[in-house]
Amino acid sequence: MSEKKLTKGNIALAEGAIQAGCRFYFGYPITPQNDIPEYLAMNLPKVGGTFVPAESEIASINMVMGASASGVRAMTSSSGPGISLMQEGISYMAGSEIPGVIVNIMRCGPGLGGIDPTQGDYSQAVHGGGHGDYRNIVLAPASVQEMFDLTIKAFELSDKYRNPSMIIADAMIGQFQEACRLEPDHTVEVFEKPWSLTGAQGRSPQILKSLFLGPGEQETHNRDLQKKYREIEEKETIAESFMLDDAEIMVVAFGTPSRISKTAIRYLREDGVKAGLFRPVTLFPFPQSELHDYSDKIKKILVVEMNTGQMLNDVKVSLCKDAEVSFYGRPGGGIPYPNEIAEEILKALKK
Amino acid sequence: MNRVFAYPKSLNRVQTHFCPGCTHGIAHRLVAEALDELNITGNTIGIPGVGCCVFLYKYFPIDVLEAPHGRAPACATGMKRARPEKIIFAYQGDGDMAAIGTSEIIHAANRGENITVFFINNSVYGMTGGQMAPTTLLGQQTTTSPYGRDFKNEGYPIRMAEMLATLEGVAYSARVALHTPKHVNRASRTIKKAFEMQMNDMGFSIVEMLSTCSTNWRVSPTEALDVVENEMIPYFPLGTFKERTGKDFL
Repeated sequence: MSEKKLTKGNIALAEGAIQAGCRFYFGYPITPQNDIPEYLAMNLPKVGGTFVPAESEIASINMVMGASASGVRAMTSSSGPGISLMQEGISYMAGSEIPGVIVNIMRCGPGLGGIDPTQGDYSQAVHGGGHGDYRNIVLAPASVQEMFDLTIKAFELSDKYRNPSMIIADAMIGQFQEACRLEPDHTVEVFEKPWSLTGAQGRSPQILKSLFLGPGEQETHNRDLQKKYREIEEKETIAESFMLDDAEIMVVAFGTPSRISKTAIRYLREDGVKAGLFRPVTLFPFPQSELHDYSDKIKKILVVEMNTGQMLNDVKVSLCKDAEVSFYGRPGGGIPYPNEIAEEILKALKK
Repeated sequence: MNRVFAYPKSLNRVQTHFCPGCTHGIAHRLVAEALDELNITGNTIGIPGVGCCVFLYKYFPIDVLEAPHGRAPACATGMKRARPEKIIFAYQGDGDMAAIGTSEIIHAANRGENITVFFINNSVYGMTGGQMAPTTLLGQQTTTSPYGRDFKNEGYPIRMAEMLATLEGVAYSARVALHTPKHVNRASRTIKKAFEMQMNDMGFSIVEMLSTCSTNWRVSPTEALDVVENEMIPYFPLGTFKERTGKDFL
């Protein structure tokens, strides 16, 4: 096991990309993710990679599409407004089944909003964002170590399923520093890409497209995509359970609020309150069946988010029908204190 | 007998979707002939935009990536950076390049991306049914400029080949037409030269082709050829606006 090093979240993510074998980065500056392109501009050339400062986020995502279509690992990163501009390209990538990793270090919105941390882009990432019936693979790191590890995972899953992967972390996880092991904990998985565009020399021409105009063709294509999404749901769900074995109330939170909730739970445990935490690490696939199983035993649920309840419905549809769900959210850059969450836990318990 | 004319190997024998009187098919044929002559078919990837050019994959026996509307130069940038040894061309219409995709084309050109772009200028949005394009001529009636294009309301037709020629990264920029055999021959040489620029790592090359759209111009196929000669060429002059040589890099 290698030594841990004090590392900033965004840097761990960028280094994770390099170690995942990503050699192509295309992006446009926006706060609070600028450490990612700056690190890669410095370090990609050292490993034979290419960094292109694109003219816009629209261009960035299309450059990722072009590079990925030829079989290499490529990525972009941005925040709120920039991710909105990328939605067209992401939809095309999903429709054409072209992999690629998109990082959103979320800043608060709507509009230009602000640069404070938020989880306001959950719905955009998890429920589409662009046009058409498609899903992104969405990973939500809650620590600097996960910024590194889940970036590698994002590339692996993206290639495995030929589907865009998104990492959504808030500005806090991007900006703070923690001890981090900057080496993969497994041999990075690589996948054959017989579908990639490398010239038709000695084989039939290959086409990557999302246009299907023949009678029923687009519906068939959609059904095939849905089949893939069901397979992803079956095989790739990741979640963390914390002090849930004897819990009477289950907090459900991802990213930064999950960390703050843990602190609140530790406080309450000292007073004998049996609280625990369930943390979805993959937001798509959403850990529905795990949540359902816990709600079979734990009937009181508190969902905590740094938004006005974007994950809430995904939690509700996962739970047993008799579960009692409460919600606490801080939108627009608000970050809950542990005591706020502790109070909400107590309130939910009394309901 | 010595055969002097044959169907290009790099053009699939399929029924065309282009309208009667459209010269877009000639553009496809010329690109196919260039691929044959330069012997690069198996090493080439085409990236069409959205519009009448979108069915590129039906006509060429090459790998094809379908780009979002206007974004082909960005897709081509990503692909060429990943695979510099491949020949990458984008293929765009006037709505695609000169309206929604102006940002992508200008910056790909300005970075001197070593790609080739074919640009079909028929002064109208063809596939969507004849709406006004940035290249629509002053006075020209379209479904969205029914009183004729007026510069006070819709601005002036945009000259892409000249504009791109002003950028340092551009190695080759030319405009050709497809309405007479003489012009087709010149276009053929120009398209080949554009590919050669890429093969010699000279940087960005673009060929703008004035093409007919008799369907949306509401004229007969033969009248459409006259429109190119008498109305388009006076505003969109033919010629080479930039051609770098190896010496430019010394």
